[in-house]
Amino acid sequence: MRKTLLALLVSSLPLSATLSPAMAKDTGYLFISSEKDNSVMVMDSKDFSVIKVIPTADRPRHMAFNADHSLIYAACGDGESIDVIDIAKLEVTDRIEDIDDPEAFDLSPDGKMMYLSLEDDGALGFIDLGSKELVAEVEVGEEPEGVLTSPDGKTVYVTSEVANTVHLVNAESRELTANIVVGKRPRRFALTPDNLELWVTSELDASVSIINLADNSIKEVIHFEPTGFRREQVTPVGIVMTADGKGAWVALGRSNHVAYVDVASRRIEDYVLVGNRAWNVTLNRDESRLYVVNGLSDDLSVIDTASRKVIKSVPAGRVPYMALIDD
Amino acid sequence: MPALLKPKALFLLLALFHAGAACAEDTFTIGYLELKGDARYKDKRLFSQYPGQPLGRPHAGAEVAIREVRFHGVELGLSFALEKVEAKTPADLQPALEAMQARGIRFVAVDLAAEQLLPLARSQRGREMVLFNVSAPEDSLRADGCQPNLYHTLPSQAMLYDALAQYLVSKKWRNILELTGPNPEDQALSEAFARSAKKFGLKISEKRPFELGNDPRDRSKNNIALLTGGDHDAIFVADAHGEFARSVPYQTRNPDLIVGSEGLVPVAWHWSWERYGAPQLEKRFEKMHNRPMTGTDWAAWIAIKSVAESVQATKSTDFATISAKMTASDTLYDNFKGTAGGFRAWDHQLRQPVLLATHNWVVERTPLDGFLHQSNTLDSIGVDERESQCRF
Repeated sequence: MRKTLLALLVSSLPLSATLSPAMAKDTGYLFISSEKDNSVMVMDSKDFSVIKVIPTADRPRHMAFNADHSLIYAACGDGESIDVIDIAKLEVTDRIEDIDDPEAFDLSPDGKMMYLSLEDDGALGFIDLGSKELVAEVEVGEEPEGVLTSPDGKTVYVTSEVANTVHLVNAESRELTANIVVGKRPRRFALTPDNLELWVTSELDASVSIINLADNSIKEVIHFEPTGFRREQVTPVGIVMTADGKGAWVALGRSNHVAYVDVASRRIEDYVLVGNRAWNVTLNRDESRLYVVNGLSDDLSVIDTASRKVIKSVPAGRVPYMALIDD
Repeated sequence: MPALLKPKALFLLLALFHAGAACAEDTFTIGYLELKGDARYKDKRLFSQYPGQPLGRPHAGAEVAIREVRFHGVELGLSFALEKVEAKTPADLQPALEAMQARGIRFVAVDLAAEQLLPLARSQRGREMVLFNVSAPEDSLRADGCQPNLYHTLPSQAMLYDALAQYLVSKKWRNILELTGPNPEDQALSEAFARSAKKFGLKISEKRPFELGNDPRDRSKNNIALLTGGDHDAIFVADAHGEFARSVPYQTRNPDLIVGSEGLVPVAWHWSWERYGAPQLEKRFEKMHNRPMTGTDWAAWIAIKSVAESVQATKSTDFATISAKMTASDTLYDNFKGTAGGFRAWDHQLRQPVLLATHNWVVERTPLDGFLHQSNTLDSIGVDERESQCRF
């Protein structure tokens, strides 16, 4: 009798979880993609215990939540797929297949379209998330990387690492509307909340270029020079801006630091020492914590943003690429 | 001019002319020159896949580059084109280059052995022309043979062996037995290694000459067990061809490490290199050419890239502006090896990391941590300014 009850209870657990996705809300879980483990690690952001390791297609890199945080899309470069992780189930429940080397992406504001950099094809791909079909490709410079959709959904920004260019693509006509030359190896974007400035990191220029979106000109370039490192060791990639647009966190790659920039004055206020090859940065909702994944020391640095100090380093799988937090 | 071209090359050239005529002011053409029947690319030699040596003509790398730069001229309304000329004989090289210059080409990647490259580069002295050496590693081309308009994208022998020496020193494998071949090219390798050994503090305990062959009377030179006795930390093989070097591993008297022309080999590029975007470049190359990319392919690739990137950065097609940009001290080219570098002012050698590779793995990227330099860590490998014998 007890056995049956237990069995019933156990078997009903995943069922109830599926029935009420609301249960999965604000789990406080960190999701970390790991390029060489072919999995996404789920970690409790309170005590950093590993909740689960979710197997995915090969080499998951960029990830993003859907609008209501019930799903995570994970681009799997070598698996040639976009894996869809159900946050309630903590497993891959769907897969968009036959996408050649997907890297980074962003979603349209209505959540219906995915704009995806196709690294091998030198193209921006348009994936209809309803039909799960690649419906269009726009040719851009070689090795497209960071993708960002404008809040009005009209423009997609994509970098080409090889062409040192930020391309502007009209989301509707699917045509290139502008090409802006920035510092070498442009990687990732952040947009100011007033939508007037597009910040883009340049991995081989030790800089962030600030694009004035009113006329697509370069307004300013911020160069990073953490003490004790030469310019060639300073390789900015990840960037995140605070919701009020006052501050920006920039991961400086091989120089093993993240920088905090005061947006209004462009002043670099702090360099915080983290692990090796700091890659992508993520803020939690109340912006009290910054999570930094370190690709060459296989760990996650947790920064207390008030004191701007690392309060914890935890192992995060082989070659962690980025972290998401569901809070 | 047609006399020195193969019919097929001529046809291609005419096609290019034709395409160029339609939008003449919008095309920036970069030249490419090679020699028919170049002994370094004989079928049998390519088939052997000697480590550190080409698997095909470096033009393959230039083709990948020209595709990569299709957006580099967008601000100027320019597109880049590559024009290859294959000279039939060494005597046809100079006329071919003159013809390119007459057609307005000012930057030419040159795939030639040192003996053909040197007179060709000399002939261009004082002219509006930049040549890129993509396949000759000889130090002499960067020393007394250096020319102001000859740029080297392939690492010099000094760079390659400094990289190797850094590694051996860092492992404290300082005591080296050297096996040297009978050819002048082998001698050049031996001299380059001696320089690197001295620079980093390796001890070449003994140099033994080897010869290819099975003559029992020469067994002290052709029997590997007899050649490799004694006490040492590693064996350096100076064999420019590679046929002898490949037979050394597993045949030594003691269980020895082999470095140099076999075993652990310093290279400009290796297909297994997996950091800094390298797999993407390798993938693009293999997709286009169905073979792995090697150092000479990489050197041709970055030669084309350096021109296009300089045009993009200066927003100019003016020869003087572009060439000034190429030698500016703050100019850096992305080499997909992690530390961008520009051309050294004193000998026009491209600074770059050197990879130490086995058959299927990059063991280290150099300069290694801990080898410092007062101005640029990349200058800890190769001939530094004070040491350079180049006077332009």
